[in-house]
Amino acid sequence: MAEITYREALNQALREELDHDERVFIMGEEVGYFGGAFKVTDGLLATFGEKRVRDTPISELTIVGAGVGAAMGGLKPIVELMTINFGLLAFDQIVNSAAKIHYMFGGNAKVPMVIRAPQGAGHQLGAQHSQSLEAYFLHCPGLRVVIPATPADAKGLLKSCVRQDDPVMFLEHESLYGVKGEVPDGEHFVPLGQANVMREGKDVTLISYSKCVYDAIAAAEALENEGIDAEVIDLRTLNPLDIGTVVESVKKTARAIMVYEGWRTGGAGAEIAAQIYEAAFDHLDAPVERVATLDTPMPYNARLERAALPSAAQIVQAAERLM
Amino acid sequence: MEDLNKELLLDLYHTMVRIRMFEERVRDLALKNEIPGFVHVSIGEEASATGVCAALRHTDFITSTHRGHGHLIAKGGKLDRMMAELYGKRTGYCKGKGGSMHIVDFALGILGANGIVGAGLPIATGSALAAVVAGRDAVTACFFGDGASNEGTFHESLNLAAVWKLPVIFVCENNGFGEFTPAQTVTSVRDIATRAQAYGIPGLVVNGNDVIEVYRYASEAAARARAGGGPTLLECKTYRWEGHVVGEQAFLGAAAYREQAEIEEWKKRCPLIRFQQYAIASGRISAAELKKIEDETLAELDAAVAFARESPLPDPAEVTEDLYA
Repeated sequence: MAEITYREALNQALREELDHDERVFIMGEEVGYFGGAFKVTDGLLATFGEKRVRDTPISELTIVGAGVGAAMGGLKPIVELMTINFGLLAFDQIVNSAAKIHYMFGGNAKVPMVIRAPQGAGHQLGAQHSQSLEAYFLHCPGLRVVIPATPADAKGLLKSCVRQDDPVMFLEHESLYGVKGEVPDGEHFVPLGQANVMREGKDVTLISYSKCVYDAIAAAEALENEGIDAEVIDLRTLNPLDIGTVVESVKKTARAIMVYEGWRTGGAGAEIAAQIYEAAFDHLDAPVERVATLDTPMPYNARLERAALPSAAQIVQAAERLM
Repeated sequence: MEDLNKELLLDLYHTMVRIRMFEERVRDLALKNEIPGFVHVSIGEEASATGVCAALRHTDFITSTHRGHGHLIAKGGKLDRMMAELYGKRTGYCKGKGGSMHIVDFALGILGANGIVGAGLPIATGSALAAVVAGRDAVTACFFGDGASNEGTFHESLNLAAVWKLPVIFVCENNGFGEFTPAQTVTSVRDIATRAQAYGIPGLVVNGNDVIEVYRYASEAAARARAGGGPTLLECKTYRWEGHVVGEQAFLGAAAYREQAEIEEWKKRCPLIRFQQYAIASGRISAAELKKIEDETLAELDAAVAFARESPLPDPAEVTEDLYA
C-alpha cells in the first residue's frame, strides 16, 4: 500500500495489464511520446514500445472503430479519447458497433475494449471542453460504464475492466488526476457492479460517483454539525449498477439525494431515482432530490461555472429540505 | 485464365452462382413478405465479392455492408444458416437477432455486416492492426460502397492504414448508386480509386464484373499487404441491377431515378455470363460442368429454404440473452 495519485494509480494499472497480457495495447492521441494529455500513459511507450503504445491521428471515430476491429481480431485494446467531448465524434462506433456486436451477432463475437476518457468541468474550459456525458452511455445497452472516484478504485476498476470481455466506457474526472489516496500494490481488482459505502449514516443517503463523491463527503461532514447523519455511497460503476446497495441504504435512511455532475435532466441521477421509487417507494419519507449541473452549456466565467456546477453547499441545502 | 487452375475457376463460378441464386430467391421471398425487414441484394455484383474472397485465406478477415449476403457466401457462409437468419430463426447465424443487415459467421473471419454506411472501414483497419500487433500475417478485406467513400470513416481509415502500413484491402464496390442518388452526382471524382493518391497508397480501378480481373488485383493487393507493403484501394466498377432495397417500388411510386435501358445495358455485362463465355471459349470447362454447378446450387438452396422454414423460432426469453459477454 502506497499513497499515490489517481493519475499514478491509472498508470500503474495500465503498466501492470500491458505486462500481464501481450494482447493488451494502447492507442490514442498523444498517448505515446507525450505520455497522454493528462500524463496517464507517461512512460509506457519507453517500456512497451511503439507496437503496443500507439500515437494516432486525430480521428476519434476511426480510433474507436479500429479498437472494435482489433478487439474482434483477438486483442484487448485500451483506447484513450483525449476527452469525452471529442468522443462524441466516435459515438457511432461506440453505440452502433461496440455496444451491439455481441448481441447483434448472436453472441458469436466479443468486443473486449476499454475506452478511457477524461471528462468534467471546473477549469474554465468552456462549453465544449467541460461535459460529463456518462448518461449518454448509461442509456445504451451493451456498454459497461465505469466511473471511479478514488485512486484505489481507479486502479482496481481499470484492471478489472481490462480482464473482462465487454466494451467499457471508463470515465475519469479531469479534476481527480492529482488526488492522492492509499492504493494497494500489485494485483488489486475492484469488481464491477459493487458500490462502496464511503460513510455510514442513518438520516439521509447521498448517492454519487466520480468527483461529486468528494462533494458528498464534504456535505456529510457539514451536516454532522447540524445533527444530520448522512450516508455516502460511491456507485463506482453505472453499468452494472449496484441498485441493491442503494435500496438497502434508502430503506434505512428514508431519504435520498442524487449527486452528479452530468446535466440534471436525463442524468444518471434521474434513472437511479426512478429505480429507488420502484424498489423503495413505501420506505421514503420525502421525494428523491437531485443535485446536479444546471441544464445549460458550461459557461467560461469562473463565477458562472461555479453557479452551474453542483456543490457541497447545495447538497447540504437539499438535505435540510428533506429533513 | 490459362494460368489459373481449373479447380479455382470452377470455385469462382460456383461462388457467383451461389450468390446469384441466393439473392434471387431472397428477393422473391421478401416480395412475398416471407422474409421481413430491409433486404438489400447484390444481384449483378457477384464478381467483386467472389474475386476478392478467393484471393484470401481462411484465416483472413473481411468486413461487410448492408448489402452483404454475397460477401458472406464468398467467404464460405452456409446457405441454410444464412436463410434461417433471414427468417429470424434460432438456427440462423445470429440466432435471429441480426437479420439481413447483420448476418455474419464470425468463425469465418467476418467481423460484421454493418447497417451504418462506412462503419466497416475503421473496424477493418483495427482488425489489420490486430494482425500487426499480434505478429500474424493475416489480411483484412474491407467491402464498402461508393456512398461510403464520402463518409469521414473512409478518409480517416485510409489515412490511418497508410500511416501504419496496415495489411488491409479497401474494396469499394461502386455500383453506381447510393440508395437512389447516382454516385457521380455526389462524388467529387469520377474514379473513387484516385482518392488513394491523397493517402499515398495504390488505388486501382477494376472491372468489377470480371471475376478473374478482380481476383488478380485482389491477389496482388493481398500479397503486398502480407509483405508489409500496406493498404490498397480497389474500386470495383459494377452495377446494382435491383433496387436499393427489395420492394422499394412501394414507396418510390412513379419516381424513377434511372432508366430501364441503363439496367438492360448492364445486364449484358452480367458477371456470370461473362465467365461462362470465357470458360467455354477457353476449352477448359464445358457447359455441362457449369450446368452441374447450377443444379447442385439449386438443390442446396431449396434445402436451405426448407431448413429455414422448418427451424424453430427463438423463445421470447432469449431477448435478453447475449447482451453481455
